[in-house]
Amino acid sequence: MIEIDAITKQYDGVAVVDDVSMVIEPRTITVVVGTSGSGKTTLLRMINRLVEPSSGAIRLDGEDNRSIAGYELRRRIGYAIQGHGLFPHRTVAQNIATVPSLLGWERRRIDLKVAELLTLFQLEPEIYGPRYPHELSGGQQQRVGVARALAAEPNVLLMDEPFGALDPIIRAKAQEDLLAIQKHFGTTIVLVTHDMNEAFHLAHKIAVMDQGKVVQYGPPAELVQTPATSFVETLIGETERPFRLLSISRAGMAVEPGEAAGEPIREDRTQQDALADLLWSGRTALPVVSVTGMPMGRVTLDALLKRAARPL
Amino acid sequence: MRIQLDKLGIVIALLAAYGTLGASFAVSKPNRIVQGQAKSILDALPSWAAWALLVLLFAAAVVALLRTSAWAKLIAAAAALLALALAMGLTGHFLTPAGNTYARVSPASGFWILLFAFALLAADAITRLKPPPWMRVLFLILAGAGVGGLLFSGSWDGLSIMKEYAGRADVFWVEAGKHVTLALGSLLAAVAVGLPLGILCHRVEPLRASVLNALNIIQTIPSIALFGILIAPLGWIAATVPGAAALGIRGIGAAPAFVALFLYSLLPVVANTVIGLSGVPKDAVDAARGIGMTNRQRLFKIEFPLALPVILTGIRIVLVQNIGLATIAALIGGGGFGVFVFQGIGQTAMDLVLLGAVPTVALSFAAAVILDALIELNSRAVNGARSG
Repeated sequence: MIEIDAITKQYDGVAVVDDVSMVIEPRTITVVVGTSGSGKTTLLRMINRLVEPSSGAIRLDGEDNRSIAGYELRRRIGYAIQGHGLFPHRTVAQNIATVPSLLGWERRRIDLKVAELLTLFQLEPEIYGPRYPHELSGGQQQRVGVARALAAEPNVLLMDEPFGALDPIIRAKAQEDLLAIQKHFGTTIVLVTHDMNEAFHLAHKIAVMDQGKVVQYGPPAELVQTPATSFVETLIGETERPFRLLSISRAGMAVEPGEAAGEPIREDRTQQDALADLLWSGRTALPVVSVTGMPMGRVTLDALLKRAARPL
Repeated sequence: MRIQLDKLGIVIALLAAYGTLGASFAVSKPNRIVQGQAKSILDALPSWAAWALLVLLFAAAVVALLRTSAWAKLIAAAAALLALALAMGLTGHFLTPAGNTYARVSPASGFWILLFAFALLAADAITRLKPPPWMRVLFLILAGAGVGGLLFSGSWDGLSIMKEYAGRADVFWVEAGKHVTLALGSLLAAVAVGLPLGILCHRVEPLRASVLNALNIIQTIPSIALFGILIAPLGWIAATVPGAAALGIRGIGAAPAFVALFLYSLLPVVANTVIGLSGVPKDAVDAARGIGMTNRQRLFKIEFPLALPVILTGIRIVLVQNIGLATIAALIGGGGFGVFVFQGIGQTAMDLVLLGAVPTVALSFAAAVILDALIELNSRAVNGARSG
């Protein structure tokens, strides 16, 4: 658990982060969104003390993050940034081994960990371990960057626009990978982005920052249904609100008994996908199947339209 | 079949033709100071050797002229250079009358032109071969061994430069030692001071401009003027600080030369350290901090290795510059190869000037080759081994 308690950072008398308090639950993904200059990166960098706060405190599992030296704290917290930040003069394996080496792990344990992570990120250890970062594609470099951040098995992973430099297709893949990794390790992830789609796709909870303040902090649905300020409304995109609402719920949640003809949809797809299928195929109902392919019922156009309507 | 000519080969062949036919090969003098008598290859060598040399040079020039492989050119150049060196040694013995210790034989313009032409051919061939760094160092060692072998075998003992050496063998090695000590010592001192200063300038932004400007100003002072400027403060230190004089600190001599070379060396070392460090990718530095490296670990594990090729380039500039500049130290009694150069100028004995100049050039050349190889090895490491 990360408790951020009335944290403020001032530069030359101007508050970049202004009296922010929030609690981040363990084993969740929290996404901090905001425009550039909203203070989201500064907030993130105060968690691992790359930036020291002017006032306030941050506690990790109840322990003040100033109770140990900054560099020791940072070895316990994963850190991945935009453009990966890999060390160009070290091989992929050496890059990933950086923090375990700093922590003085045994050679064998480090090698095993590096191989495990490379395999997890779908990079063949024998092939990619000895390569240098410039020999990899952008998507591969980014994966190595995240693997390096996870090497010492941190409970907390901080990510600053980690997918900002990737093209849309690779970015979508990287986001899926991140969700899988988070499930695998149960890591608490705090991710900063300015991309609302990314936020809605990844987050358990979203914190919206504007001019140094957190203006709303809650689950994605709450942001869409009851935006706290006009800024949040604008950020979500007023015209996209019905689709956002559908995009954060699964088709399985809108199932009703009954039959429907045509190509079925799996229950773990989003309701937005279901709506798109309906509109595109000109049907009024879709059969829904479970992940294993068992028929579950159907979703209807009417039901989806009701769900997308403004909450009363 | 149309014969394809090599462009540089044409220049080399023309130079070789002029060096053989148009210019004289050697000069023979009754003693070391008077004007000598120019001799062509045919006059300067026994006829069998003269013709053998001519045929070999002709063959090498043809290889240079035609579009042949780089290895063929390199072998032709090496053979021509070796033949020239052996022939010059033979000339020394051939033209010196038996038992005459005053007569002097030295290489003339034709020899130097031929040497230049085939050295050019060798350099061109080596460039085309794109040899890895270790092979360039190997070439250097082979060339050094060749020259060493010739010197050791006594083949050149008949030449005037070796006669000048024979009379000064002890002094020569003492001055050589002083020269290397001056050049390397001032470099080491400059690295010891300049590296930390460069790191400091990189980390403390406001310091950068003022330090670099101050070093720039020093760089613009002519060397002789700098020696002059240093006489007063060093003289004062020698006179007032106890023990300073015992350490060899004086207004003239090695101390001001050392200090001047050190001051000249600082700018390239500091400037290249700053440039190298600021060229390190920003996100790599941020990541290094973010994953928990201490300041020191970040400097030594990330910033310094990535900046090393640029820093080494600075050191290369300094070393080559210092080996040349150390010659001037002789003017204020600092010793070094300059001693022979200035003595030679004073006595109008050009052979003595050569005795000082040739080793200086050879040293700079060797230093440049070795450091270039080091730089290349390190930039490969920085950019990943497989890219080279």
